[in-house]
Amino acid sequence: MSNPVKLTLPLAREDVAGLRIGDEVLLSGPVYTMRDAGHERALEALRADGTLPFDLEGATLFYAGPTPPAAGRPLGSVGPTTASRMDFATPTLMEAGIVACIGKGKRSPEVVEACRTTGSVYFACVGGIAALLATHVAESELVAWEDLGTEALRRLQLEDFPAFVAVDTRGDDLYRAIEQAAQ
Amino acid sequence: MPQGSQTALALSPERVASATYDAIRECATTLRPDYRCAARSALDRLRADGSGKGASVLGQILENAAIGEADAVPICQDTGTVWVCLEVGSELMIPGNVFSQVDDTVARAYADGRLRMSVLADALFDRTNTRDNTPAFCEVKLVSGAGATLHVLLKGGGSDNASRVVMLPPGAGARGVRKVVLDCVREKAANACPPLVIGLGVGATFDKVAGLAKHALLRAVGSPAQSEEAAAFERELLDEVNALGIGPAALGGSPTALAVHLETAPCHIAALPVAVNMGCCAMRSKSVELVPWDVRAADAADGEGGEGPLAKGGAR
Repeated sequence: MSNPVKLTLPLAREDVAGLRIGDEVLLSGPVYTMRDAGHERALEALRADGTLPFDLEGATLFYAGPTPPAAGRPLGSVGPTTASRMDFATPTLMEAGIVACIGKGKRSPEVVEACRTTGSVYFACVGGIAALLATHVAESELVAWEDLGTEALRRLQLEDFPAFVAVDTRGDDLYRAIEQAAQ
Repeated sequence: MPQGSQTALALSPERVASATYDAIRECATTLRPDYRCAARSALDRLRADGSGKGASVLGQILENAAIGEADAVPICQDTGTVWVCLEVGSELMIPGNVFSQVDDTVARAYADGRLRMSVLADALFDRTNTRDNTPAFCEVKLVSGAGATLHVLLKGGGSDNASRVVMLPPGAGARGVRKVVLDCVREKAANACPPLVIGLGVGATFDKVAGLAKHALLRAVGSPAQSEEAAAFERELLDEVNALGIGPAALGGSPTALAVHLETAPCHIAALPVAVNMGCCAMRSKSVELVPWDVRAADAADGEGGEGPLAKGGAR
């Protein structure tokens, strides 16, 4: 295995252009948590006035609903939820400025194509290790949509958060590559 | 104390609620020891072969379990819905609504444990968070005997979403059952946080077959089914699943699953119901013996922490 690529957020498109599926990365900087309900709100907000409660340009979304603060850390545990549930909104959000998203599992062909056409990437991280991943979150701050509980919009400050490139800017897809290699 | 009053005490709503509270608090921060053991064995095998990514993921799963335990934080941010099953011998009396205090205790356990509130009021018409992770999903299972065991399972959304029920034509036979499992794993394993434990139910009715698959997850990881025929089917299916090459965290290789647990039942002449319930790499459940199943053990044990019929072999 090659050494992980250290990336500082927010990302510019040129920062991710050279990434290839399977690359391991360590992410440091701000990400915004959004899940199912958040994505519906985000699309509504974009339709209504074209803006969100944070700057979309260069932003990274993290598909996660954390547990409350614990053990002296800003979040007790936090990890990726299934990314495909966000497929309905991802191409629109990539066209509106986001450069990366973090989740787990396969994406739709439409999301893979949006990565290619907008120069964005999909990072996957290991599911089921959320106590470990929470040790890579330095800060958590509520931004909006508090009524959604764990699904509220939060800004997290990541520190060397481990992930890997699952869809790159060429439209290559790690999960499909693994499937094909196994056949 | 006479046996009758001891039994009534053991099965009171208070006793069920307090055992549920303790189980939730422990489960949320603890990877099931039998899963942990199976993951460690898999890691040892991978390291012997010098394999990279799969070994790294299994190492992270075990490190995560250690952090959860040391820091008393949830091992997965999805602390699940609460599924409670009281497995009770038909020789016992069940007092009234034995689950009447369970929702109160779930609300307390989730607040005290700083766990995630993941339950919505209504799936279709009111998707607002109930903010206390209630209601719990409770059932009574009647079996023969004179004991009682409480099973508490915290079930995450990702692995339940990756599950399915299929009503096969009987002619599909064993090959059809295998295809349901392999298709489900191929399509959904990446979302269900592998290495998986695959609960497989075959038989009963449309509604009951999913319960068979869910109950199969309570068995100690890798413990064989009781009949040799079923145990052989489990072994063959596990080999086929692991030949798919999906691997830990779906990053390729093996194991995709640590075990296949099969439960079968009678069914209608026209039916071959099949259910797959995925268990993820953050398996969290506990089985607590509230009334001893072995009458001779009743005097010796205090009735806590033992094993009911479903939990034989070490599942908790």
